[in-house]
Amino acid sequence: MFDPEKLIRKGLPKGYFKDILVRSLLGGITYLIVLIAVLLFAKIIIDGAPAIFTSKFPFVDTEFLTAKNETLHVFDDAQGTRHQLPASKYSEYVSAHQGENIYNEQTFSYSGGGIAGPIAGTALLTVGSIILALFFGVSAAIYLAEYAKQSPFIHAVRLAILNLAGIPSIVFGLFGFSVFVLAVPVITSTPSDRTLLAIPLFLNDWVLSFQGWNSSLIAGCATLACMILPVIITASEESLRAVPQGFRDASLAMGGTRWQTIRKCVLPYSLPGILTSSLLAITRVAGETAPIMFTAAVAAKDDFPWQGISNPFDILSSQVQALPYHIYTLAARIPNSEYTQRAQYGSVLVFLILVAVLSFGSMVLRAKMRGKLKW
Amino acid sequence: MNDLLEKPAIVPTSTAAAVEIRKVSFSYGSTQALKDITLDLRENEVTAFIGPSGCGKSTLLRCINRMNDEIVGTRITQGEILVEGINIHHPSVDVVKLRRDVGMVFQKSNPFPSSIFENVAFGLRMRGERNNAVIAQTVEESLKSAALWDEVKDRLQESALGLSGGQQQRLCIARTIAVKPLVVLMDEPCSALDPIATAKVEELIWNLKHDYTFVIVTHNMQQAARVSDRTAFFYIGELIEFSDTKRIFSNPRVRKTEEYITGRFG
Repeated sequence: MFDPEKLIRKGLPKGYFKDILVRSLLGGITYLIVLIAVLLFAKIIIDGAPAIFTSKFPFVDTEFLTAKNETLHVFDDAQGTRHQLPASKYSEYVSAHQGENIYNEQTFSYSGGGIAGPIAGTALLTVGSIILALFFGVSAAIYLAEYAKQSPFIHAVRLAILNLAGIPSIVFGLFGFSVFVLAVPVITSTPSDRTLLAIPLFLNDWVLSFQGWNSSLIAGCATLACMILPVIITASEESLRAVPQGFRDASLAMGGTRWQTIRKCVLPYSLPGILTSSLLAITRVAGETAPIMFTAAVAAKDDFPWQGISNPFDILSSQVQALPYHIYTLAARIPNSEYTQRAQYGSVLVFLILVAVLSFGSMVLRAKMRGKLKW
Repeated sequence: MNDLLEKPAIVPTSTAAAVEIRKVSFSYGSTQALKDITLDLRENEVTAFIGPSGCGKSTLLRCINRMNDEIVGTRITQGEILVEGINIHHPSVDVVKLRRDVGMVFQKSNPFPSSIFENVAFGLRMRGERNNAVIAQTVEESLKSAALWDEVKDRLQESALGLSGGQQQRLCIARTIAVKPLVVLMDEPCSALDPIATAKVEELIWNLKHDYTFVIVTHNMQQAARVSDRTAFFYIGELIEFSDTKRIFSNPRVRKTEEYITGRFG
């Protein structure tokens, strides 16, 4: 028989206190990180909420979301009441109160009105870059997963694509500036003075001019697309490889060509995976400042990108405002005061909500697709 | 089969064969998988390939519709395969067209995760058939041929993945014969099925052999005995014996064959 006294050790085991110490240290570090995250969200929500939420129905300050960006005028009237008015309302006020003096006037650039311009710009940049990145990225992934033979060269290609993911975004910004803004070819009848090379096409007076797309929506989209290509390619390749080989075999054995097989038996079943992973890329695109600051973004713009253009394609060559760049401008390019906080944190909160909605959407979509597509 | 007709262990190729395999050797990289195989598959007959795992029977099967092309580093090192008298490795032969004539059913049933109807219609649509009446008729005929019609006629639009394993495999057979191939290659089609489902598949092979030439790779000796007209026994990449099924199972000429079919190894 065993002696229970010997089997169950009495007293504390060796290293007991050390174990507790290590455990509480690691736990402490973990919860410190959580605390930082909570503080960050709390700060943004507390400071940003006054800008976009109101106490009256519908509880959202729609003007902040739909109005254009303006300069904020802060002043006291003759009775000593403090007013904060965006430029358009300020001029109304001045004309309505002719002959009254105003005191202590201060102006804050970009801090009045709403942020409709940056929201629209970010939406356009995101949609454009995702379309570009999906087209090029999925094409490359199909080639790598379905056509290319596994060779050292293809491995090197794949490694190069993966390495692209590690390049800092500011480098993509400069790359986009030097290539898309200054160097890519365009067909035009009036080549710019700084064109690198102009090749006459002998058709009307058109010239193939390597002069770039200037700072424009399309240049920004192309730069952002380059940045997320590695993510899209890697995710798409994985989704393609996850489709069972049996589908391909069945189609090939029935006399399908390789492209028919890919189009009918592989792409449809990998599309959900490709799309959900690209939703994650969307959040990255929407959040980047560096790639667009030289290629597409402007701090102030009076019109929406689709206003004042003669044909729909001109929207591609217009400059846009963008949320991350707007936040950067508000935080770093103008003097800060209590009056600029509303716009600053309001933009940040809107931005955060947008990104959170996209991330949450991708998670829901992924869970749904996973449940639906089983084999 | 005429039992009076005495046949040698390895039947010489005849021009009436649907598929002629002549002195074929095949390697995976540096490993030789098939050595100097010569046999022919006659029209409207069922030929069984038997042998222990790794003996090259599936490899030979996949050579006949060039599915081995999909595997990197494999090649036929010598010999040739003729389908209806045409060398399938001739540069002018389009592998896509070859596979339209030589269909294949795989070990693991692999229906597409779409409806039962679309699974069978797949090959037709891929071939550019747009007439819905023709497609519907062919789907019905194929499902009837595969002895599946009565079980699925009321739920053609439901997902094929809802079918049982045996039904899925018969669906794959229906899908293969929907495009009217000359030869149907079957790579252990019943290895994942229960005896009743297996019996159904065997019965449909037996019923369909008047229209098609079948080759069936199997690990199941009884299955080969039940379903095939002629049987080829492979061992480590070589064709040991090829003869009438009855003869192979009752009176094998080679000792290795006897040992295998009586279960002494394998």
